[in-house]
Amino acid sequence: MARIIAGIGASHVPAIGAAIDNGKTEEPYWKRVFSGFVKSQEWMRQAKPDVAIIVYNDHASAFSVEMIPTFALGCAAEFPPADEGWGPRPVPVVEGHPALASHIAQSVILDEFDLTICNKMEVDHGMTVPMNLLFGKVDKDSHWPCPVIPLAVNVVMYPPPTGHRCYMLGKAIRKAVESYPEDLRVVIFGTGGLSHQISGPRAGLINSKWDKAFLDNLSKNPKKLIKIPHVDYMREAGAEGIEMVMWLIMRGALDDKVDEVYRFYTVPASNTAVGHIILANRSRAKASGKHKRAAARAKVERKRS
Amino acid sequence: MPRKEQVYDDIPGTYVFDAERSRQGYGINMFCMSLMKDENRKAFKANEAEYLKRFRLTPDQTEAILQRDYNRMLELGGNIYFTAKLGATDGHSFQHLAALMTGNTQEGYAKMMLGGGRSVEGNRSRSGKNAASPFVAGAAKASAKPKAKTKAKTKAKPKSKSAKRK
Repeated sequence: MARIIAGIGASHVPAIGAAIDNGKTEEPYWKRVFSGFVKSQEWMRQAKPDVAIIVYNDHASAFSVEMIPTFALGCAAEFPPADEGWGPRPVPVVEGHPALASHIAQSVILDEFDLTICNKMEVDHGMTVPMNLLFGKVDKDSHWPCPVIPLAVNVVMYPPPTGHRCYMLGKAIRKAVESYPEDLRVVIFGTGGLSHQISGPRAGLINSKWDKAFLDNLSKNPKKLIKIPHVDYMREAGAEGIEMVMWLIMRGALDDKVDEVYRFYTVPASNTAVGHIILANRSRAKASGKHKRAAARAKVERKRS
Repeated sequence: MPRKEQVYDDIPGTYVFDAERSRQGYGINMFCMSLMKDENRKAFKANEAEYLKRFRLTPDQTEAILQRDYNRMLELGGNIYFTAKLGATDGHSFQHLAALMTGNTQEGYAKMMLGGGRSVEGNRSRSGKNAASPFVAGAAKASAKPKAKTKAKTKAKPKSKSAKRK
């Protein structure tokens, strides 16, 4: 069976993408940001996932205000980088995993999460920036190290889905992944945040105390986070900081108790607090044993019937 | 019909782009979206007022766009990810827009961000009725240590199992 081995939280600040694309990563301002992802890239090279599910949001690139899906799952074979006004980012086309994606759609819709299916979709910095942060810079004519299933969440128009809803969707995604017959190692990304406000007279807001509490609880006590009302996110972490709810989809897809492998936090990257965490499932090592037991049980049941 | 008062209207300096503003500002956002195409940017630049007639805008909305009054655009239903496209069409960086919206100079805004951003203290509530979220107030007690500006730590080495995997 397929299984989720780890969850990754990462900000998706567009200026980080611009710094990579324009060769500014060695400048002191940006080095401070990128230095926090060196160990993560090493971790990712060792983890070698077969598929990444990336929870992110579109920023008026693939979706305008004509259609605003709350949860949109990318089931296409490929997702071209969107032109966000400066030409598409010079990154490879993102290869999808249509078989697992459509399996997830079928499973979670029957679990009462009414997803929108996208068989054609461009992806913006919301997805490609965290990919760069974890996979490193990848030449435009090369390939990303693994296929990706994008899950776009509306966090632009209020109200986004609640933290609780996001967390429960994560659980449904996990169930779907684990009912997929092929033996795949899957990682799930929650992206966006942390605290930032880029609109109105209060723009520039950063709340490190909030961010730290969020990361602490994400790691140890996620159930506390799912009760936070939207207005608290907006008041404390900024109008656009509400996108942190997307991290709860990632967290819901993991074990209740996880190992915090790595954490990084720095302020600022342009207008935003950069947060990053890697949480590994404890069941990842035991899964093969469990799998064997389940297979044995199934054999016994077949014999009985 | 006047705007229905929402609980988040108490957050100072913030125009939440909610379903009501999304309805009201559809024309502003579709206009901004049209600026993704070069031919449209050229047509807009050639005659701004004429170009805006292509969209369903109220006189207030048209005025806000022509005046580049970004806060007013937000108030009338524009969304920042969309209005930023107008800023880009004018050749401005996002920081320029942020400075405009916050009534700061671009230099002053940049300096504030480098210094750790705008503090939430004193910026939570217009009415003063809403204090810190209990979620963060509880966490503050738990973490009394001062924080470094940049922090990275490895809590556990990746397990050898995954490391060995080819």
